[in-house]
Amino acid sequence: MPVFRDEAVVLRTHKLGEADRIVTLLTRNHGQVRAVAKGVRKTTSRLGARVEPFSYVDVMFATSKSLHIISQVESINSFGSQISDNYPKWTAGQAMLETAQRLTIEEHEPALQQFLLLIGGLKSLVTDDHDPGLILDAFILRSLSVAGYAPSFANCARCGTDGPHRAFSPSAGGMVCSSCRPPGAAAPRANTVELMSALLTGDWEVADQANKPERTESRSLTAAYLSWHLDRQLRSLRLVERT
Amino acid sequence: MYEGVIGSLIERLGKLPGIGPKSAQRIAFWILEAEKQDIDDLANSIVEAKQKIRFCNVCFNVSEEDLCRICRDPRRDLKIICAVEESKDVIAIERTREFKGRYHVLGGAISPIDGVGPDDLRIKELLKRLADGVVVEVIVATDPNLEGEATATYLTRLLLPMGVSVSRLASGLPVGGDLEYADEVTLGRAFEGRRRIQ
Repeated sequence: MPVFRDEAVVLRTHKLGEADRIVTLLTRNHGQVRAVAKGVRKTTSRLGARVEPFSYVDVMFATSKSLHIISQVESINSFGSQISDNYPKWTAGQAMLETAQRLTIEEHEPALQQFLLLIGGLKSLVTDDHDPGLILDAFILRSLSVAGYAPSFANCARCGTDGPHRAFSPSAGGMVCSSCRPPGAAAPRANTVELMSALLTGDWEVADQANKPERTESRSLTAAYLSWHLDRQLRSLRLVERT
Repeated sequence: MYEGVIGSLIERLGKLPGIGPKSAQRIAFWILEAEKQDIDDLANSIVEAKQKIRFCNVCFNVSEEDLCRICRDPRRDLKIICAVEESKDVIAIERTREFKGRYHVLGGAISPIDGVGPDDLRIKELLKRLADGVVVEVIVATDPNLEGEATATYLTRLLLPMGVSVSRLASGLPVGGDLEYADEVTLGRAFEGRRRIQ
């Protein structure tokens, strides 16, 4: 059975049969990979602790025609145990994993940028650099950009006219000018637009200063933008606990 | 392809957990060859279980009556509740003969990625049981995986302000194993939860 080895982050797991799990991973070089981890639900399994969601691992896959089989795993960093004792962080992290999973849906299609972004996001979550909710929104906006759906916050997303503009429309791709504005477009506060733009570009000095109303508004616009591009809502997003 | 009665039997058996088409076929033919009495008993047990078994009004363990065997037992300690994910976990803990209190079956663990939030579990019911102040300790015995840990974190945050003491099952090395074969996460936990020998 041919094998391949890669670094990966565990995105989610499903129970399979009596004691196995199907593990969905985002790998550095092979994109999203689904593989079977045998016997991991038994208490005697040495693999079990290493293939939990959020685990950053060095993994060896034995390839097969249907699902690959995980043959060896070494931990690089188990983000999970550092996140699970803080509920808001953990729920934000879960939404990050789900976003990464939805945006790298094509198996074995390399997604190095998404992988690096996810590692960066999880590290930031663990080190308590910023509010978990802001880290999540920054992650969503940036992973959408990597996937080719970067929102425009300055120029009009339709006609390119220089901003600032006042209307935000997920379907148009960001801020739109008054003549391009589709019906039902949101009219966010100027500070909210500034916050979202800061989250996208990584300007944390601006983002950390944002007040609660802007954070709340940015969160709902980010969620709307994400669900427009995914054609569905993230299940975990409504369960994220914001502080 | 089988048709008619045998075909539909195989199809139904194939829906059972862990039973593939080949096993379903084997079981179907076993049924055809078995004594009529055995098969009647089997069919009756299935129907009876489905009709009679429901959830205990207090702890939500599976039960044939309003209260389960454990909640009815006057010898059980009313001051301690052990919160578990599934009824299966109650049986596992009962086998240890270590725990003399009562249980609370949550009905799963919080898993946002599967759309399961705190409101989908029987957490409110647990809080209600604590309201009269009889219970002094809650042991959180959710699975030692990430969802279980996060559920424990969530519960702890709710329970501590109510003045009950909250504990979590220890995790560490399996009895009868070799230290060198332990994985680093479990071994790390074992160090964290080490106990002093008096």
